[in-house]
Amino acid sequence: MITVDVAGIGLLGPGLADWASGQVALRDPAGWLHVPTPLPAPMRLPPAERRRAGAIVRVSLAVADQACAQAGIDPAGLATVFTASSGDAANCHALCESLATAERAVSPTRFTNSVHNAAAGYWHIATASRAPSTSLCAHDASFGAGLLEAAAQCVALARPVLLVAADVPYPEPLHGVRPLPDAFGVALLLTPTLSSANGALQLRLGLVEAAPSPCGHDGLDALTRQMPAARGLPLLQALARGAPSELVIDYLSPLGLAVELRT
Amino acid sequence: MKPLAVSDYTVVSALGAGRDATVSALREGRSGLARKPFETVALDTWIGEVDGVDAQRLPPALAEFDCRNNRLALMGLQADGFAASVALARERFGPQRVGVFVGTSTSGILQTELAYRRRDPTTGALPADFHYAQTHNTYSVAAFVRQALDLRGPAVVVSTACSSSAKVFGNAARMIALGLIDAAVVGGVDSLCLTTLYGFNSLELLSPDICRPWDAARRGLSLGEAAAFALLQRDAARPRAWLRGVGESSDGHHMSSPHPEGAGAAEAMRGALADAGVAPDAIDYLNLHGTATPNNDAAEDLAVQAVFGERLPCSSTKGATGHTLGAAGGVEAAIAMLALEHGFMPGGLNRQRPDGALRSRYLDAGREARLSLVASNSFGFGGSNACLVFGVAP
Repeated sequence: MITVDVAGIGLLGPGLADWASGQVALRDPAGWLHVPTPLPAPMRLPPAERRRAGAIVRVSLAVADQACAQAGIDPAGLATVFTASSGDAANCHALCESLATAERAVSPTRFTNSVHNAAAGYWHIATASRAPSTSLCAHDASFGAGLLEAAAQCVALARPVLLVAADVPYPEPLHGVRPLPDAFGVALLLTPTLSSANGALQLRLGLVEAAPSPCGHDGLDALTRQMPAARGLPLLQALARGAPSELVIDYLSPLGLAVELRT
Repeated sequence: MKPLAVSDYTVVSALGAGRDATVSALREGRSGLARKPFETVALDTWIGEVDGVDAQRLPPALAEFDCRNNRLALMGLQADGFAASVALARERFGPQRVGVFVGTSTSGILQTELAYRRRDPTTGALPADFHYAQTHNTYSVAAFVRQALDLRGPAVVVSTACSSSAKVFGNAARMIALGLIDAAVVGGVDSLCLTTLYGFNSLELLSPDICRPWDAARRGLSLGEAAAFALLQRDAARPRAWLRGVGESSDGHHMSSPHPEGAGAAEAMRGALADAGVAPDAIDYLNLHGTATPNNDAAEDLAVQAVFGERLPCSSTKGATGHTLGAAGGVEAAIAMLALEHGFMPGGLNRQRPDGALRSRYLDAGREARLSLVASNSFGFGGSNACLVFGVAP
């Protein structure tokens, strides 16, 4: 088992505009309404890049900023773990479409943004951070893989680590083979337990062969199934409720992440 | 870090399949690059294509994973009996206790590029034989490796462009140190595709000539493809080498250009030395990232000087293998370990006229030498930097 503190949380998804309002809905899902995920402009980026920023960059930077603001941590020295099932989905489609034409005209910007670590790159440029950063993918298990890696780094390197999990929908025809209905993002700022103040939210993580825990609400559980980044929702719900609890987060079935929340 | 045993490793690149073929080519100073077309690509460039990928077949149970990238991955698993070494580790530790950490930049995107040419003329739909999760998704290569080796532990793809498969050594080392797993298959697999050929061409980083790292007239990179794997274990009876240090950093500067003074690169090298607990003077040879683009080599040279001065023998092996992108970190980790095992520092190929502005001690010819500690640099788009330190087996 590895133990970390949660110092900040970011959230963006359907009917979950940010962590401040989202935690109210997660505590009592009866008040949750399914409205499309807003995609806020990434104010950290220079105006030209802000306008061009793809959905994955918008979602990732929005939740990252929420978590850092809540923790009151300067992101300049912050190590990051970005995890995404799909990366810049619209950009990927546009590239494949261009490459299927006779001209094969590829724009340099499109190619640069096609790397899976584009969102991480923009974040580290915007925060002038030279701290280590990784970008992960584990298909449907991308949230669990990111949480495990971020917690492992936090403990092994004894430094705060910002986890950013995000997914955005593909346009057709990729949507037909990988239907992600909307954008979703979760950020968790993890800190070593020794540095924690009283009243901190503490996570103990381990690997277990068990089925993932549900949110216990049809709408939220549908989101959890439909979007890999939303596999973190049951954990966010537990964090919103703030009471000690034990749950299993989806990972590489039958392998799950056992999470014990201590407060 | 506590030194971590590398119980086995292998590499398949344009130089050939396995350690012996790779060492022979490096000793002979032979390049695997050739001026030839790939698929329907109409660019006049040199590529490092692996022989036999098209003829490689996957086991029937894994048929849905069939794509160039996973075929190449399987060639890597089969080279040097690597899969058999993993089977021993699986037996010893249990399949849940062996992780899989693979670096790739584009995974099986070629399969999607080809599928986009076969969209339904009426609906626009992709063909029914296109398998997104098993070929397109960035994770597909790790899913394939995990299933092919019958492993059930943690698994993930690191995709940080050209540093990907150097960074996986860090993921594995941390999880072993924390006791979450006992062993890990790490590596990198990237295969030729239209996205990277036309993409680097659009950025004017693709050399029309064979790539010439550290040359005064270098004009860019030559793309290659490769699969490289290593088996890391918390202990091993006869390790081939030791992983001694991992350093990672970000540039925080630009998406596709390195920091001009190589500040992030230097930080990764210093981080690796600190992790290994050794001074710069302890390193005997450095395998450079050395892509042969004008800016990359200049920035890396400054970073190497800032950390090591002008003393350290170094070379780029991309003139031999081509730039294998997400596989480059794994390929060059394997070359670094071959250098340790064989007491041989490979020379950098294709250099005609040294760039007087680059002051590192660049080796044009291979050299026999007793090596104790070697380092390998890998840097990628998005400003992602990694440096690995390997030590000789006692």
